Amino acid sequence: MKILKTLEKYMEDPSLELVASGHRACQGCAEVLALRMAFKVLGKNTIVAMATGCMEIISTPLPITCWRLPWIHVAFENTAAVASGIESAIRILMAKGKIDKKWINVVGVAGDGGTSDIGLQALSGALERGHRLIYICLDNEAYMNTGVQRSSSTPYGASTTTSPPGKKSIGQSTWKKDMPKIAVAHNIPYVATACPSYPFDLFNKLKKAKEKDGPSYIHILSVCPTGWRIPSEMAIEYGRLAVRCGMFPLYEVEDGVYKMTFKPDTLIPVEEYIKGQGRFRHLTEKEIKEIQQRVNSEWEKLNKLCEITKP
Amino acid sequence: MAKKMEEYKWQDLNAGCVIDEPGNSLQYKTGEWRILRPLTDYSKCTKCGLCWLFCPDNAMRPKEDGFFASHPDYCKGCGICAQECKFEAIKMVEDKK
Repeated sequence: MKILKTLEKYMEDPSLELVASGHRACQGCAEVLALRMAFKVLGKNTIVAMATGCMEIISTPLPITCWRLPWIHVAFENTAAVASGIESAIRILMAKGKIDKKWINVVGVAGDGGTSDIGLQALSGALERGHRLIYICLDNEAYMNTGVQRSSSTPYGASTTTSPPGKKSIGQSTWKKDMPKIAVAHNIPYVATACPSYPFDLFNKLKKAKEKDGPSYIHILSVCPTGWRIPSEMAIEYGRLAVRCGMFPLYEVEDGVYKMTFKPDTLIPVEEYIKGQGRFRHLTEKEIKEIQQRVNSEWEKLNKLCEITKP
Repeated sequence: MAKKMEEYKWQDLNAGCVIDEPGNSLQYKTGEWRILRPLTDYSKCTKCGLCWLFCPDNAMRPKEDGFFASHPDYCKGCGICAQECKFEAIKMVEDKK
């Protein structure tokens, strides 16, 4: 297998599946794919704290689990708090000589609701205290677990059950919260955005995060065919379109230095990304234009940040 | 897990609802959800492994000869492998059970 040889650069054992088959994710779920890829890189030596959300309910309906790792389910609010507690405990046990001094990765995983809405306070605290943990936000742009309700990470104009479009509403009326920038503001060693449609980029970023001595925050866009109202086989393609149109730029911030990890020569129009999705089908040309302007200005801002912070 | 999930009583659960068998979801056959199944044309397949890499269910598995085949117990029939195959070697066909 050629691909396993290639992947050996990124991980110890590419054929190791730490998220087993038999989980109950919807057909074509790119979120569980993101998890599968991420934990391939992080490896066996990992402890996971996971908030309530899609990935929690599909992976562990008691008495079944698809995890082959020590895994703890926590409430929405305290993923980062529990993960930082685990990290502190490991440090103390190491200091007392009760466990080997080989570092164990501590990972907090939450959805976009669990990160940008409910878990933000605990996350901010954990990042500020500087625990050595990896926080993964799986962003599917709404509360998909309970049947598509809006979160602060939902993009402008998207239709959800709590932001329905109609005569006086265009769907979600606010812009997507820029979580990676909030994480950057904590001056942590590593922040990155990733997407499973670009697997090697994702592997690289998790590998870097794993080696940092301090908190790292990875924001992964995970396409949700059910909530975005797209065919299940298009999940990977829509991730690609999101990146290529500039709605979800792939970048990393290492010690305050911004760097684009994938830079398309020319951005494709956002219309190409928007037109196939059921959640955006009510949008008129005027609103698509608004979104295009916003995407362009955000893209320019990001490029400027990359230039300014260049060492 | 020795028993089927339906046969479990609450008294059988561990204290604190700890699950002591990692990866026991393998007994839950998600293949039953499927309407379409991937069919690989091995004359076009180059063994690149993209279908394996992009399968959310880890159902596309390598065979001994290096080709990939979907596992009938776990493939949910989402069609990502057929869409992402750069050589158009995989087609989705109706799954007759």
